[in-house]
Parts: sequence; C-alpha cells; structure tokens
Amino acid sequence: MTLRFAIALNGASFEAADWISAARQADEARLDFLTFDDSFGRSGPDAVLVASRVAPLTRHVGLVPVATTTHTEPFHLSTALATLDHVSRGRAGWQVRVSADPAEARLLGRRAPLDFDELFAEASDAVEVVRRLWDSWQDDAIIKDVATGRFIDRDRLHYIDFAGAYFSVKGPSIVPRPPQGQPVIAALTHQPQARERLDVDVYFVTPADVDSAAKIVRQLPAAKKVFADLMVYLDADQETAIRRRAATTSDAAVFAGTPAQLADLVAGWQPSGIAGFRLRPGSPADLTTITRDLLPELRRRGLFEPSSATTLRERLGLPAAVNRYQEAARA
Amino acid sequence: MPKQIILAAHFPGVNNTTVWSDPRSGSQIDFASFEHLARTAERGKFDFFFLAEGLRLREQRGLIHDLDVVGRPDTLTVLAALAAVTEHLGLAGTLNATYHEPYELARQLATLDHLSGGRAAWNVVTSPGAFFGENFRRGGFLDHADRYVRAGEFIKAARTLWDTDGGDFHIRSSQFDIEGRFGVPRSPQGHPVILQAGDSDGGRELAAEHSDAIFSRHHQLADAQEFYRDVKDRLARYGRTRDSLKIIPGVSYVLGDSDADAQEKAQHIRRQQVSPQTAILLLEQLWNRDLSAYDPEGPLPEIDPLVDEDDTIIKGRAGMYPDRLKTANEWRARAEQKNLSIRDLIIEVTGRQNFIGTPDRVASLLNEYVQTDACDGFILVSHLTPTGLDDFVDQVVPLLQERGVFRTEYQADTLRGNLGLA
Repeated sequence: MTLRFAIALNGASFEAADWISAARQADEARLDFLTFDDSFGRSGPDAVLVASRVAPLTRHVGLVPVATTTHTEPFHLSTALATLDHVSRGRAGWQVRVSADPAEARLLGRRAPLDFDELFAEASDAVEVVRRLWDSWQDDAIIKDVATGRFIDRDRLHYIDFAGAYFSVKGPSIVPRPPQGQPVIAALTHQPQARERLDVDVYFVTPADVDSAAKIVRQLPAAKKVFADLMVYLDADQETAIRRRAATTSDAAVFAGTPAQLADLVAGWQPSGIAGFRLRPGSPADLTTITRDLLPELRRRGLFEPSSATTLRERLGLPAAVNRYQEAARA
Repeated sequence: MPKQIILAAHFPGVNNTTVWSDPRSGSQIDFASFEHLARTAERGKFDFFFLAEGLRLREQRGLIHDLDVVGRPDTLTVLAALAAVTEHLGLAGTLNATYHEPYELARQLATLDHLSGGRAAWNVVTSPGAFFGENFRRGGFLDHADRYVRAGEFIKAARTLWDTDGGDFHIRSSQFDIEGRFGVPRSPQGHPVILQAGDSDGGRELAAEHSDAIFSRHHQLADAQEFYRDVKDRLARYGRTRDSLKIIPGVSYVLGDSDADAQEKAQHIRRQQVSPQTAILLLEQLWNRDLSAYDPEGPLPEIDPLVDEDDTIIKGRAGMYPDRLKTANEWRARAEQKNLSIRDLIIEVTGRQNFIGTPDRVASLLNEYVQTDACDGFILVSHLTPTGLDDFVDQVVPLLQERGVFRTEYQADTLRGNLGLA
C-alpha cells in the first residue's frame, strides 16, 4: 500500500512569493499535504493566513497550519479553519499546539501560564468546540425557499452550548459547514497528554527507527493516521548531505543522504504500520530535492502514488465526517 | 484638479439589502463569489474590497433569523486568499476590538499587509453586548461606556506594535498589559489603513484621533455635508490635516437605460428585499413585539411599540430607533394617508437605494457628493452576490474616468498610497 507524504514548512519569510513557490512545488509534485509552523513568540507570519494565501494558487496539496489553543478564541479558530476549507475547496487541516511559554503569555497578557495538564485540558475543550461548530450547520441548512421567504431552515442549525472550565461557547458557527465537514486535525505527540486528551485524526510522531515506529503505532488507536516526522538533508552524494547536516539535532530523527537512500529508509519503515512521513526539509533546497528527486524515486518503487482524492480527509483515508447534530436529529 | 473619488466594494451582507431570491443570486460562501467581486472591483480600479465580520448569527424573537442571507466566512482568512487573485485592490476587513486581542490581531493584520504587498485595511468596530460575548472567552465583559476606551487603546497598541519593526514593546493601559517582542518586521504600509464606523460623538472623536477613513452612514446631501464638516473640524485638535481622514459612506445604487427604467428596477429590487415575511420582521424591529399574527398586506398595528431598550426583540444588530413611539406614529400616519399596507410602508421607509438613474446620472450624483464635500468617496453595497458590481464597473466607472475624477490606472503600490494617505 502506498504511503502518504507531507512536508513541514517552518520558514519565517514574509514574502508571499517564497510561500507560493514552496506550495506550488509541493502541489505539482502531488505531495499530500503541507504543514505551516507557527507560534506567537516566533518571528514569522501567521500560519493560517499563509495557508489561505497559497490556497487559490494550488489545486491538490492539503494545507495544515499550526494554531495554538492557549491564547486564542476557539470560535475564531473554528471559523478561520472552516474558511480555509472553503477557500481551498476541502484541503484544510489544523495542527493543534499549546503554548507553555511564559513569554508568549505576556505577549497576549490574558493570564498566567498554565501547566501541561491544564494546557491540554484546555486544548481538548478547544478541539471539541471547533469540531462542534463545524457541525453546527447541517450541509443542507441553506434552502432558499422563496415561498416561505426563508434562506435557511433554522432547524438545521444547532447551538453547541459548550460550557467548560476555560470558556463557554454558544454557537452556531457563522460559517456554513466546511466542504470536508470536519477538516483534518493533527497534533505532534511529544506530550502524553496530546495522545490522551486530544480528539485528532493525525498524529505526528518522532520514532528513531522502524522498531520504535512500530511500537508507537501499536500504542495508538487503529483509526488514527500516524505520520513519522523525519528531518532530511538530501543531496546527490551522501557526503555533501552529511556535511550539511553537521551537528544538527532535532526531536525527530535526522537523515542525511541521497534520495535513493531515503527511499530505502522509507521502504524499511513501511512495515511499522505508519500512514506516511512528514519530512522536515533541512533547508529550502531540500524541499526542491524532495519534490524533484525523492518523490519520483518513491513512485518508481511503488512507495508513493499521487492520490486522486479531492479532499484531504479522503486522501488520508479518513472516513466521511458524519454530522453529530444531524445524526442526533435523526435518532 | 477636481477631488478624486474613492471607491470600494462591499461584499453583500447578511441583511435584507442582499437579495438571495433572485435567480442570478450566487453563493454567499463559495470562494468563487469573493473572487468574482474582488476581480470586478480591481477591473474597475477600485481602492478596496470591504468585508464585514460575523461573531454570532442574528436572532429575532429568540430564534435564529432565517429570512436574510445567513452565514459568512472568517474575515482575515478570506482576505488573505483574495490577495492571491488580485494585485492592487485594497483588502479591508471588519474586526471587533472587543473580541480580539492586540498582539494577535496586529500580527495578523501585519501578516496580511506583508502577504498582499501593502494592501491591508482594518475597519475597527466595538461591541459591548453579552449577546456576541456568549461565543467568546470573556463573555459580555465590556461596559457600554468602555467600548471606545478599549477601541482607542486597542488601535494605539496595534500602532505601537507595528512601529516596533519586529522589536520589543511594553504596553500598559486601562485595558491592556502586554510586553515582549513583536514577531513581525515593518510591513509595506507601516500601518495598515484604519477605518472606523462609529457615528456617535465618541465614535467621531475616536475616528478624528486614530482613523484613516470613516465608513459613514450619512446619505442625504445636506446631512452628509454636515457630518463631513463636523468630523473634519475635529482633526486640527489632533494635529491632523483635513485630507488625512477620508469619509466614505456605504451606498447602494440602481442603474437603468433611462431614469424611469432605473426607478422601476429599484422598485422591483425593493420588493425583492422586503418579502412579506421580512416586512413583518422589520416592523417588529420598531414595535419590539411579536407581530407574526399580522397580515403583511394589511394595515399597521394599532397597539403601540414596546419600549424596553434592555430587552429588544432583535439581537445582533445595533439599535436603530431612538424614539419608538414617535416613529411608530409617523409610520401609521404615512400608511393611512397613502393607503399603504405593512409591506408597502416598510418598502418606503427602510433602506431605499441611494443613487438611482442612468449611468450618467449616477456618475453625476456621485461626483457632486464628492465635489461638494459630502464625502470623499463611496463604499458600494450591491444587492446581488457576486455580480452586483458588474454593471457599475462597466457603465459608471468609465464616465467617472472621463470626468477626470477617478483613476484610469493604479498610481501607487499600496492601498495607503492609492487613497492619498501619508
């Protein structure tokens, strides 16, 4: 079975042209999705806006910005991501992140930092609110019924009435249900709370080798898609790649070698049960090597096949999103 | 050289100005609709595209309002996408100072300014209401009197952040206590253009101190001239010149082959905008009571409006009627005198189009408003999504260009430059 491939973009450029160039490369190579790194403390553009900026200029690639739940409004997060899904016609996702950094808390000034348990409890509530708001409009809510003068059938819109320890949100959303119903939610799972608390579709994990990848996959729910993060330095000759890698360390495994050698690694890790890889380019040039050399090599070996699916959910093999309120209404 | 007219395109909103029942009416949410309007505006060399913000769906009688267009996108996300399909058009978004925070919003606006090459604008609004607050962390935390305090401090904080050029800041005010490093270097405009819509004395003062433009509601020539004079007179107090603040009312228009044809079209659109159900609903907004038992084709209610401004029947819109009883008596007298049904009356007294006529007549009227200091330009609100601006761009813009009062090519790289702002 073919693996899925993503690339993590962590650039800080404020030039639209840089992002467009990266997104188009990925799109033309039929890469499955891009993630856009972000945090309030870094120097760099807002990731949701970057993803939206490139959405009309790409056709295939999934767009998965990082957004934190710690200092933000779940209502704004939900509507922004729903809008990204409308703008990209069903290619949106969200990488959930929390912020434990006291310096970031002072940028926003809302309150003192929370500990990890509380941060993830709050993130869990935020994910729940975001998901409920996405379902708060049924797909058939807009009826345009001239006879009764009604634009919507208000019975097909739903208050979410969420009340939690950190916020309460009434709903419904202001945005009609996004094309995917539920855009794809992902999280990097360094903290055990990220696995235990967050209702996500995709886990980014950082195994050191195929055995640790297999072990991680066994520990996670079978319905979730597990992507192994791998930092990569790719060159036509291994020595150059190794020299460029130098003493780089990362939370993920760091690979330095040729595209063929990386394809060997991919083949070696495939039996672990992972859904695919999220490659973190060591430099912008590595992005080009991935799309130009690595992906064709993977295709030759049957390890990657461009997906014809039009939505990100479908491409990742996630089931069609059932609307919780529509189901409840039927029951 | 005559004054140059500013033109902006308002994406049709979630009220009964927008006609959804017309066969030509398109999606309110598909990106293609936003793209069409933005590209049309840019084809017409417009200054900017304007988008309102949704924080909660409107309710009437405790139910989600279902007669008008419902649903819209997140403001900033759509504007960022529109930056990809336009090159010169300004991208203005309404964002509420009550339900956003300075660091996050200043960062987003500066990001939009970078990613659009200097085309971002922010329409600052405030809201005290607990109604919107039910969707947000702090709920209805803002006293009515504090809303302009927060808005003023918010704008100042945003400007401070933008001025750091990615450096350190420490902001302490009655509303905010924040510090650290702003993660965005100076954007092409330095400060995105700031618009403001408040009309009260406090709102005018806020605009005079902080804004680059006012999205005003004054349409009658004399009234608009008075507003213009009042606001511009306030600028000197803040060391500002009279042309450093642009006054741009939101207006609607109807074009026809002859003036009579345009009037007929206007009347047809008014009937589309005020369906029988909408007529009752708009009447309820004044009466502040359940009038669902009344016949829209029948006479006005004999009972009086309910005067209780703390508990209004409509939620999610600003109050429109300062004296309910007086207005109700005026409406009843008018209906009786002209033998109007509820629907006829509502068609007459609410939201009539501002400029109706041949393209030549509309161009002349628009130009007269600008040259006689009733305003500096217009935010055009069309009734059809997304094609409502097509005829204006094809038929009126060339006439304004012929008169030498509207650009034939974009002159500057940024929105600020095109608006003639420093």
